[in-house]
Amino acid sequence: MVKVGVLGLQGAVREHIRSIEASGAEGIVVKKVEQLSELDGLILPGGESTTMRRLIDRYGFMEPLREFGGQGKPMFGTCAGLIMLAKDIVGYDEPHIGLMDITVERNSFGRQKESFEADLAVKGAADCYTAVFIRAPHIVSVGENTEVLAEYEGRIVAARDRHYLGCSFHPELTDDHRLTEYFVHMAEQAKLAHV
Amino acid sequence: MNTGTDRVKRGMAEMQKGGVIMDVINAEQAKIAEEAGAVAVMALERVPSDIRAAGGVARMADPRIVEEVMKAVSIPVMAKARIGHIVEARVLEAMGVDYIDESEVLTPADEEFHLLKSEFTVPFVCGCRDLGEAARRIGEGASMLRTKGEPGTGNIVEAVRHIRKVNAQVRKIVHMNDDELMTEAKLLGAPFEVLKEIKREGRLPVVNFAAGGVATPADAALMMELGADGVFVGSGIFKSDNPEKFAKAIVEATTHYQDYELIGELSKELGTAMKGIEISSLAPEQRMQDRGW
Repeated sequence: MVKVGVLGLQGAVREHIRSIEASGAEGIVVKKVEQLSELDGLILPGGESTTMRRLIDRYGFMEPLREFGGQGKPMFGTCAGLIMLAKDIVGYDEPHIGLMDITVERNSFGRQKESFEADLAVKGAADCYTAVFIRAPHIVSVGENTEVLAEYEGRIVAARDRHYLGCSFHPELTDDHRLTEYFVHMAEQAKLAHV
Repeated sequence: MNTGTDRVKRGMAEMQKGGVIMDVINAEQAKIAEEAGAVAVMALERVPSDIRAAGGVARMADPRIVEEVMKAVSIPVMAKARIGHIVEARVLEAMGVDYIDESEVLTPADEEFHLLKSEFTVPFVCGCRDLGEAARRIGEGASMLRTKGEPGTGNIVEAVRHIRKVNAQVRKIVHMNDDELMTEAKLLGAPFEVLKEIKREGRLPVVNFAAGGVATPADAALMMELGADGVFVGSGIFKSDNPEKFAKAIVEATTHYQDYELIGELSKELGTAMKGIEISSLAPEQRMQDRGW
């Protein structure tokens, strides 16, 4: 069984853990840098990206997270987590962790009253998937080797770049675990490749 | 595409978990809060301790202040409407506020009925002292709860009472037999359907933050220890000697609420916390927590 961590500094941590467990992996709440070494994959959850960034800096997570990705270990960013993973953020000079070859824009669907849920197809994971968008970002453009996995009304909302997976919406807020299963599978394959 | 669904409204509060929501009265304070790592700010005309001192009728903030705060930060902005004041709530919703607090800190506009929050697209947070109140607010459509505590006192004792009460009552519901639920609903004055949901899920269906009296990093950590999902800090931050330092310390203590060495470190030389009020010295009409029904 692979071990998948959820960065537990702030946000929807418990929901991701439940989804990881439902997908047949062991879920671990990560609050300290030392915990990263035991993981096969890491989810950066939804929450407030500004807050999460401050806490990542304060607890010295930035370099260890980049090293984690550099070792080929899969990372999955949802909503705020997607912003953390992106190489470019519209309107900002510097990215956060900056590992995934995509450009994202924050709050691009509007404020909370414009938040919504909609059904869409996620390539390789689900033909019909209910996606919950909350003050969500979207992916403005993707790099050459990044695959677009889902779009909503012409905007990219899920993508994969090598061992990095990201989506604008919140898979952890529904009981549909197919996208988490997709990520757990990525973690399993990465582990096999390393053994 | 559906907006304003329960999942979208409750989900927004889920994203705030483990975080601190700070009361601010202008753009400058909002930026300090954001910089310190707040997950949201509550835009107000006056913080609760000043509302308490000023007396008179406390109403929704001047929309210009709310607008100024919304422009200043990229984190979500909340604002307070009076209990039962449909129009204040609709105005805040129209302005694009991210969350409305139907709050006992303001003078109630209706002494019988709360807002029917399920009718709104914007989500609501409401205060509660026990499970009956919590379940009634959920029944009306609240997407987030918080303890009432006793706002603007800097005294944590009431918030502690409220979170312990609600959590003890939730535990009782979860372990009850199905055939006992209806009588419990009657005794609590709680909607039966909400109690069934609590029993099924094993917890409240929405997040429950601490509010009303948090004055120090240790207070914030205490409320997390007692099972709060996050913390609202009202007068505590900007009524302290060093708001920047105070705000950061409260955020950190909330994240690492069981790291006592750390809380000790960051509590050092914080300066004087807000003065605080002993609850028994409040006259009955000064108790904000008794507002709401």
